[in-house]
Formats: sequence, structure tokens, C-alpha cells
Amino acid sequence: MTVRQRDENPAGIHLPLDPLPGHTSRGRLERVLRRGEFAVTTELNPPDSADPEDVYNRAKIFDGWVDAINAVDASGANCHMSSVGICALLTRMGYAPIMQIACRDKNRIAIQGDVLGGAAMGVANMLCLTGDGVQAGDQPGAKPVFDLDSMSLLETIRIMRDNGKFLSGRKLTTPPQVFLGAAVNPFAPPYDFRPIHLGKKIAAGAQFVQTQYCFDVPMFKTFMRSARDLGHTEKVFILCGVGPLASAKTAKWIRSNVPGIHIPDAVIKRLEGAQDQKKEGKQLCIDIINEVKEIPGVAGVHVMAYRQEEYVAEIVDESGVLKGRQPWKREIRRDDQIVAERLDHILHDEITETQVDMVKTAH
Amino acid sequence: MSEKQPAVTQATLVKKAAPKSDYKPADVSPQRRVQRTFAVRLWSIRHSRLLEWFYSRFADVFLLLHPLWKGIGYGRVEAPVKFVEKRVKGFMFDCRMCGQCILSSTGMSCPMNCPKQLRNGPCGGVRANGNCEVEPDMPCVWVKAWEGSRNMVHGDNILKVQKPVDQSLRETSAWLRVTAQAAAARETAQKAQNTGASA
Repeated sequence: MTVRQRDENPAGIHLPLDPLPGHTSRGRLERVLRRGEFAVTTELNPPDSADPEDVYNRAKIFDGWVDAINAVDASGANCHMSSVGICALLTRMGYAPIMQIACRDKNRIAIQGDVLGGAAMGVANMLCLTGDGVQAGDQPGAKPVFDLDSMSLLETIRIMRDNGKFLSGRKLTTPPQVFLGAAVNPFAPPYDFRPIHLGKKIAAGAQFVQTQYCFDVPMFKTFMRSARDLGHTEKVFILCGVGPLASAKTAKWIRSNVPGIHIPDAVIKRLEGAQDQKKEGKQLCIDIINEVKEIPGVAGVHVMAYRQEEYVAEIVDESGVLKGRQPWKREIRRDDQIVAERLDHILHDEITETQVDMVKTAH
Repeated sequence: MSEKQPAVTQATLVKKAAPKSDYKPADVSPQRRVQRTFAVRLWSIRHSRLLEWFYSRFADVFLLLHPLWKGIGYGRVEAPVKFVEKRVKGFMFDCRMCGQCILSSTGMSCPMNCPKQLRNGPCGGVRANGNCEVEPDMPCVWVKAWEGSRNMVHGDNILKVQKPVDQSLRETSAWLRVTAQAAAARETAQKAQNTGASA
């Protein structure tokens, strides 16, 4: 018999959890954060395919190591499977996805519809983003929508959840129960405005925030200090974005081509000096996690290991941020397991049945 | 940051793969193609305090003229006022006529000039030199807005969370709308005072 895991609905892993007082969602991530545990989230590299197995295989490597998985919405303005689609697949299997919503591709009509659809499928966490400009992606000729911005999107979903109304004021019969997230980038100018900007996002409805890749810990510390001084850390869970760099060359490429990622020279020097740059990149990530987790007000880490997803488990394990806790892990359902146990012998018994034998046993 | 990196983005690769022809349009967004200089816009942001003072006087004058606008009819003055407003604000702030001006809350930097038209603060893609992610030559509208707002008396208006743009108000006069709303608010306040006094 398997013991039921914490944060799991006994009636089925795909079902929402019991509502708790003070919680706005019925998901796992909010429970973990509100219990005061150090949360770990990660990002699923969305497949360029229509095969659900691609999504499940990519999610499987995070099993038992992360509390929630971000389903990205055409990140970097590149075409991939939609975040709604990924969420539909993941929620069926009991995973806790964070549905990212970017304002680049959809107007307020489509977005509010997706919020309802996502919540109905069991998505408990939604992350509101502005989205990269279309010029960054593989289809620079696309029409940028940007009907809402991340702030008004947060407010829109908050109004839907708390007031049970669309932006137009029309009533919802059942409002979506979601845990609202936002992104912050403490590593881009105007630096002194960023903590205040976070305050604006909190006012608009953000309950947790994930930061951009942190490679400059002193800069992040400065940001956190002013966030604490403004009293933000009591109102919002801050998850620091971290990730391994594959090599010094990748780091340089990212620095000059991906908007909003700040990589100091010291990091590149350290990678260049290493024998095995990939291993050093992983070690650097672990070192940053160890430094960041000590900063007061940091509630977790968001590990983004693009195309190095297999390292996420190692990074989480070696940094020891979970302190022995095991996040929810997908296991075989109990009834399936009983069937499997009873019929297991079929796989192993050497029975070669001929038709003659079958006739004999029938009599 | 010091050494220059060759910019090979995904977009560059896509562009390189596109069919070759002699016709090369300027490598910027259609919105920016018509305009290459930001001098006047930046001047306005540098003098945000002066403009804030001027704007509040100007709003008072417009409100004083409310009986006139009402006499002629707001619908009828809309066209000429919009004509002037579009040109004046277009020159001063590169106004895009969204019809719901929030210049006083954004340090006199028009947020509709942001390629993502963000009205609540910068995105995460601002370059280290403070320029825009989408338009590398343009100073980020929100970096400038923050600078401008620090010079203003009511600069903390930048902290207000703005509602999404009402697209149905595009190409209408924000001046007249604000005046009409202020006049209506004044009337209701007076009415409330009168009923309060009589009761």
C-alpha cells in the first residue's frame, strides 16, 4: 500500500485540494509557501510537437524535486505548444502547473476566457507576464497585441477571483480560484524603481513573484533590502530565479542577445577558467542558490535550466534547499497498483501456450 | 558589457533566411520608422516640473471655459480642440492620441510610446544602458518616466495602478473629457453641499 502523500486529494490526484482558510487557491504551491517551506519551482521546455508524451516525459524528470512547474507561454516570442495545452496535460496527471499568461499574443477577451478555462482544468497558479516583444522571436512579423500589461492583467484576474466579475462587470457563476504570480527583474534599469514597481504589482494582486535569472547576488541583495524596507516581503512570496549556464560562450550569447538578463564579468571569467565548463555552470548555480536562500524574505527558488532540465534534480539535491522534504511525486494510483501486483506474473512467467495446450486445458 | 558582441538574434536569423531583394526598409518597427529623434520628448521630461505646473493652470482655464464648451456643445468643439491637442501634444510628447492622457502620472513621458504600450511600469527587458528592448536606439519610456516623476510635485502618482486602455476612446480629446468630468464632479459636489445645507 502506498501512503498518501501530503497535498494530494484522496479522491484522485487530478482533483483540487480542500480549501484552507486564508488560501485563495486549492493548489499545492500555495500550501507549501504558506506553511513556510522553501519552495522550488521550475520551467518545462515546451515541445514543438503535438504528442502529449513529449510533455509527460519532460515533466517526469522533475518528479519529486519541485513544487510547481511553469508552463511557459511562447517564451522569447518563439512558437511552441501553448501554455493552456501544457496545463491541460499536466493537471490530468496531478502535476501543479503555473500557467504563464503573456500579454503579447492575446487581448483581454481571449485572456479572461483562458483564465476560466485554465481554472476549470485545475490550474491553481497563474503567472502574469508582459511578454517579450515579437522582435525577439522566430516570427518578428507577428502583430504585437499588448492589450493589457502585466499589472492590469494581475488586476483583471484578481477582480475575476475576488469580485466574481469580468473586467466588463459581467458576473461569473463560479469565480476562478487561483494563486496569482508576477515576474520581477531586479537586474534591469531603473534599479531604484524596481522595488517600488514590485509594490505596484502587489497592489494589483501579486501573491508570489519569480525573478529573472540571478547571477549578481549583491545586486539581488540590494533589491531585497529595499523590498524588505518597503514591507513587501510580508505580502508576497519571492522566488529567486536561478539556472545553470552551459558554458562561457552561452553566457556571452545570452548576455548580448536575451533582453533583461544581467551576467557580470566575474561569472564569465569563472566559467572560462574552469576545466569542465558545464559542471562549473552547475556548481555556480548551486553556489548562488546557497547564497540566495540565506537572504531574509526569499521564499524559494525558481530553477530555469533551459535544455539542461536533467540537472534540475541534481541542483536541488546538492544545494539541499528542500532540507529533506520531498515535494509531491507522481505515483501509480492505488487501484492500478493492485491490478499490477496481481497480474505481474504474466510478465515474468514462462508460459508458452500452444493451441493444443489450450484445447487440453479447456476440457 | 564593454566589449561589443555581434548581435545574432533569432530574429536576425529569420531575417537572413528571408528572400533577398534590393529593397531594405529601415530596421525598426513601423511605429518608429517615421521618427528618429527624441529631443523634444526628452526636453519635456527634463522639464516635467514646469510642465506639471503649466498643465494644472491650463486645466483650470479649460474648466473656467466649461460654460463656453457647453454653450457651443462638446460634440461640436471636439474636432477643433482635438486638432490642436493632437499637434501640440504630438510635438511635445510624441502623443499617440490614446484619448486618456496620464502624462501627469508618468513623469510627462507618454507611455503609449512604449512598443508594448505599458502603462504601469517598465518591462523586464530594459537594456543595461537604459534603452528599449524593442527599439535599441530609443531610451526606455519608463526609465525616463521614473526620472521625470522624481522632479514633479505629485510625482508619486506614478504608483497608481492604471486601468487597461479603453481602445474605444482612441483619437478623441482627453482635454475635453477631463474638463467635462471635472465639471460634472464639481456640480455633484455643489449639489451635495446644497442639499446638506438645506437639510
